[in-house]
Amino acid sequence: MKIQQLSLFAENKPGHIASPARLLAQECIDIRALYLADTERYGIVRMVVSDWERAAELLEAHGFVVKVTEVLAVEVPDRPGGLADVLGALDGTCINIEYMYAFPYSRSEQAILIFRFADPDAAIARLQTVGINLLASEELLNI
Amino acid sequence: MNSVLETSVTDCHPASVPDYSPIPELRDLQLQRLQSVVTRAWRQVKLFHSRMDERGLAPEDIRSLEDIAKLPFTEKGDLRDTYPFGLFASPMKDVVRLHASSGTTGKPIVVAYTQEDVDVWTSVLVRCFAGCGLHRGDIIQIAYGYGLFTGGLGAHYGAEGLGATVVPTSVGHADRQIMLMKDFGVTAMCCTPTYFLHLIERAAELGVNLKKLPLRAGVFGAEPWTESMRKHIEDASRIEAFDIYGLSEIIGPGVGCECRMHQGLHIFEDHFYPEIVDAATGAPLPDGIEGELVLTTLSKQAMPMIRYRTRDITMLLPGRCECGRTLRRIGRIGRRSDDMLIIRGVNVFPSQVESALLQIEGTLPHYQIVLIREQELDQMEVQVEVTPQMFNDKIGALQGLYERLQNALDHVLGIRVRVALVEAHTIERSQGKAKRVIDRRTS
Repeated sequence: MKIQQLSLFAENKPGHIASPARLLAQECIDIRALYLADTERYGIVRMVVSDWERAAELLEAHGFVVKVTEVLAVEVPDRPGGLADVLGALDGTCINIEYMYAFPYSRSEQAILIFRFADPDAAIARLQTVGINLLASEELLNI
Repeated sequence: MNSVLETSVTDCHPASVPDYSPIPELRDLQLQRLQSVVTRAWRQVKLFHSRMDERGLAPEDIRSLEDIAKLPFTEKGDLRDTYPFGLFASPMKDVVRLHASSGTTGKPIVVAYTQEDVDVWTSVLVRCFAGCGLHRGDIIQIAYGYGLFTGGLGAHYGAEGLGATVVPTSVGHADRQIMLMKDFGVTAMCCTPTYFLHLIERAAELGVNLKKLPLRAGVFGAEPWTESMRKHIEDASRIEAFDIYGLSEIIGPGVGCECRMHQGLHIFEDHFYPEIVDAATGAPLPDGIEGELVLTTLSKQAMPMIRYRTRDITMLLPGRCECGRTLRRIGRIGRRSDDMLIIRGVNVFPSQVESALLQIEGTLPHYQIVLIREQELDQMEVQVEVTPQMFNDKIGALQGLYERLQNALDHVLGIRVRVALVEAHTIERSQGKAKRVIDRRTS
């Protein structure tokens, strides 16, 4: 259920996301999800890619500082309340969300929420108990 | 001169015997050599002769070692002003080697050696290496620059004189340096400490574990470095790191070196006479008080240096070293009087920035100081590369790192500076001496 996400450190300057994106494109590695967390001075590029091991190796070989973190991908109906239902399932538990980001996909009227939990195993157990669908990495890549 | 002395040290290299001279004999030898070098410089070097005349001094006025304080100083500017050969005391036919410094402003400075000078230089380097526990059978890789810079050739002759096997790689080509260290079973490395840091980093990228190599010692010099940098180097490569000191104007590397006690650097006092003076007034300072190191060459033929102002800030350490050497020691040199930056009226040394950065766990010392002027006000930016150890993919953690760096710098420097986290490998790596400060102030 856990999905490997790559995070890159980037200075907040023009063009600093273009070069990793170009590198991945040259190697035909697909970016399935991407989120940019930024401050005034620097940012963190978080992404889920089609071949994370090869991508991490490639980026590191080109001097990027890469961190691999485990995240969960939750599939919810793309309708009002979709997110609230998932978060509601976590109410009253000690499961802490470090960060999350979301994106819809139009063909099936579903949305994907990517979560980084402080304790992913506890989160998996809880979400599965209440019947929330977690995507395996192959499923996320084949959307 | 070098009478065979009784010494309790059994594993001592023959060249190291003078390291253990009884102090009264050493002082007699120093006085005799001081009188001789002053006489030689007075006879042969016009600038020195005229400065002696101005003070109403003649060589016979030097009757004790304390009288050295009567002599005029020599400064780097004197070498530039007399470029190229104005301070030579030997005719060119007796000069077997010329070296020159990379002059950052205008002309370089030139230094000369007779065969006797080269032999003395080799002998002091043999004593340095022997003091680091190296001997015949060691394989020493010299990654100081070979050429006009004294580092490469100086260390080379010394290592050969020791009887070691020399791998003269010179500086640069990090991948090849690492390959040879591994394939040749190199046991000791000579280079600048920042270049070795670069090799540590590159070896990790190449998947070479330096801790598993036969490498056991590093003899690092040509730039100031800190105790925390030593710890980092030793932890990352499992070697014993030694600080070696020297400057071209005096002879090159080998003026002084640490022994295995690592309690300061022994000065090879039978050839180089050390004094500490107040950098502002030039007044002599007692042992244990920090000031500018001034050196006099006691046996140099081609280019004697009388009371040369090194600009290096250190002290003569009181007391004797546990290693048994009678040679006096200087403290490690952390800064130079001419490295000092003045930011909004506050004195700042690059070494302070380094020690602040090293307080932050996991910070490798790849940093750069950039000085700019905004609205008539000097600003100092410290750029720090984000390493895999420091990087965390939570914004809060990065912000925490940023704040810890900011606080450590503010605390150590006493002024507010700007911190910039920059991407890895974006700060230029040094091949020789690190270029830590980029000054973009236009005055």
